[in-house]
This record gives sequence, structure tokens and C-alpha cells, in this order.
Amino acid sequence: MRIPDTQALIMVLIMAVITYLVRMLPFILFPGNKKTPAYILYLGKVLPYSIIAMLVVYCMKNVSLIDAPHGLPELIAAVAIVAVHCWKRNTLLSIGGGTILYMFLVQVVFK
Amino acid sequence: MKKKAFLAAFPLTLPVMAGYIFLGIGFGILLASKGYSFLWAFFMSVIIYAGSMQYAAIELLAGGAGFVYTAFMTVIIQIRHLFYGLSMITKFKDTGKLKPLLIHELTDETYSLLCSSEPPEDVDPNLFYLFISVLDHSYWIIGCTLGALIGSLVSFNTTGIDFVMTALFIVIFTDQWLNTKEHRPALIGLGSTLVSLILFGPSVFLIPSMICITVLLTVFRKKLESEDSDNENS
Repeated sequence: MRIPDTQALIMVLIMAVITYLVRMLPFILFPGNKKTPAYILYLGKVLPYSIIAMLVVYCMKNVSLIDAPHGLPELIAAVAIVAVHCWKRNTLLSIGGGTILYMFLVQVVFK
Repeated sequence: MKKKAFLAAFPLTLPVMAGYIFLGIGFGILLASKGYSFLWAFFMSVIIYAGSMQYAAIELLAGGAGFVYTAFMTVIIQIRHLFYGLSMITKFKDTGKLKPLLIHELTDETYSLLCSSEPPEDVDPNLFYLFISVLDHSYWIIGCTLGALIGSLVSFNTTGIDFVMTALFIVIFTDQWLNTKEHRPALIGLGSTLVSLILFGPSVFLIPSMICITVLLTVFRKKLESEDSDNENS
């Protein structure tokens, strides 16, 4: 049984508006036509390094080390991606190869 | 001019194309299974445009969550996007009328691409950012709508395909690591998030992690900035 369409519509709008506001907030706080504080510029410069690392962990957040297969598919695929990328520096090869390897691991090896 | 910017942007978005189409299809299938037509999938992918949020939205809609709870969950899941704008203030400085659109397009993946790629010298940077952003969004809209329309017909086993996003972030992480001698910001991000995940669990760890990252980067500011300028001088 679905909730009424108007209720669903309002919920979707709430999610959309809040998502947009969160994305926009830094630009409101530090508009481009004013001089941005040096501290914020510094954060903007170093944050990408921290955030990409955060996103890697974020993607793995539901991996269980306790239950089988103990995060092994993720670990093997991640190590392979880093190795292939250091070797060839080819983004599509690293991402495509890593994903296919991971799918093979979860579908065939550790199923 | 436009063509050049498009040709520079398009290859960079291919990994996101693969990820968004399949994750989008996954979303569309799930949403359709709760009785919502492809129009809803299309509408949500256009105006919300956030992977993890839309997956959460399916549960919220199916469970008939309250408006306040919906708002609260949205803040919890999306709060990490606060950081993205901070790194884009300079890049988006001269984007003018495009800016509101570019801000709407700032997903994890688009943010990562914008951070990790510089426009070629003979290409208008604003157009370059625009094409990356709009291409990514179009993949997502196509994926979500397609999933809701014909998702149940997909017969090959796609288990694990969502790893393409993880792979994208790992590759960007590796690139960043190889291209700089200063590894502390990356290690701070990795360490803070891991410790927060262990301490607070997978549903709320991002907020403590973000606070921890900000505090550590602030504490190390003098060191990181002075060594950064050393690198630029040498």
C-alpha cells in the first residue's frame, strides 16, 4: 500500500531542498565576490585529499570483517587496483579491471 | 570551443557512466518494486540527484516516514557535501549563471572528478566543469529511469557492480598519493574515518569523522602550509 502521492511528493521535495542547501551552504557563507578567508582557502586545498580517503572508507562501511568472507573480496580488489594503477596509470583499466575482478570474486570465488 | 570542452570532459566521465547507469538501474528497480512508476524515478534523479540519499528515500517512502524524520535523515546522509563546496569556491568563482547548476551537480563522483582533473589549456574551464557535471547527471537520470522501466528484464548477474564507485575513489586516492609528497591530509582522512566507523558504526560515523578531519587539518595547518610553500619554491 503506497502512501498518498502528495505525501510522497512533499518528502521528495524535502530531500531535494535539503540536499541542495547542504551543497550550496559553503558558497553562501563564502561568496566569490568577497575575499575568502585564508583559513577556508587552506581547507579547500587540503580537504580533497582527506575527503577522497574518507569516501574510500565510506564505500566500505558495510563490509564485515567478522562474517565470511571477512572483507577479502574488497581487500583483494583494492590491492589489485592500486597495484595496476601504480604500474600502468590508466584510470579506465584500473577501474574496469578492478570492478570485474571484484564481481568475479563475489559471484564465483566467495559466493 | 564547446566541442573541445566536451571531448576533454567525456573520457573522464566514463567510469562514472558505468557506475551511475548500473547504480541508477538498481535504484529504479527497487523504487518500482515499491509501486512507483518510472516518472517518480526520473523526477527524483533530476531534483534530488544523490545516490545514497535516493536509496534511503526508497525506504523512507515505503515506510511512510514523517517529514521531520525525512529531513533529519537527509541532513545525516548528505552532510558530507558541506566539504565539497569548500574546495570548489575558487574553481567556481567565475562560473556566473552556471553556478547554481554546478552546485546542484556536486555529487561524490562529480566532486572527485572536478578535484582530480584540470581542464586542458585551450579549453574554457567553466565549460569543462559543466560538461563533466551534466554528463554525470545524465548518466544517473538515464540509469534511474531505465531501471524503473525495464529493470526487471535485466537478466545477467550484476552483483558487485557497485564496486565501480569504490574503484573510482581508490584510483583517485592513488593518483593523489603518487602526485604529492605531502601525505598527511590523506592519512588524516583515512585515519579519522576508520576510527569513527569503528567507534560510532556505519550509520552516523561521517559526522564525527568530518569534525575530526577539520580539527586535525586545523591543528596541522602551520606545518602543512609551510611545507607546501617549500615544495612550490623548489
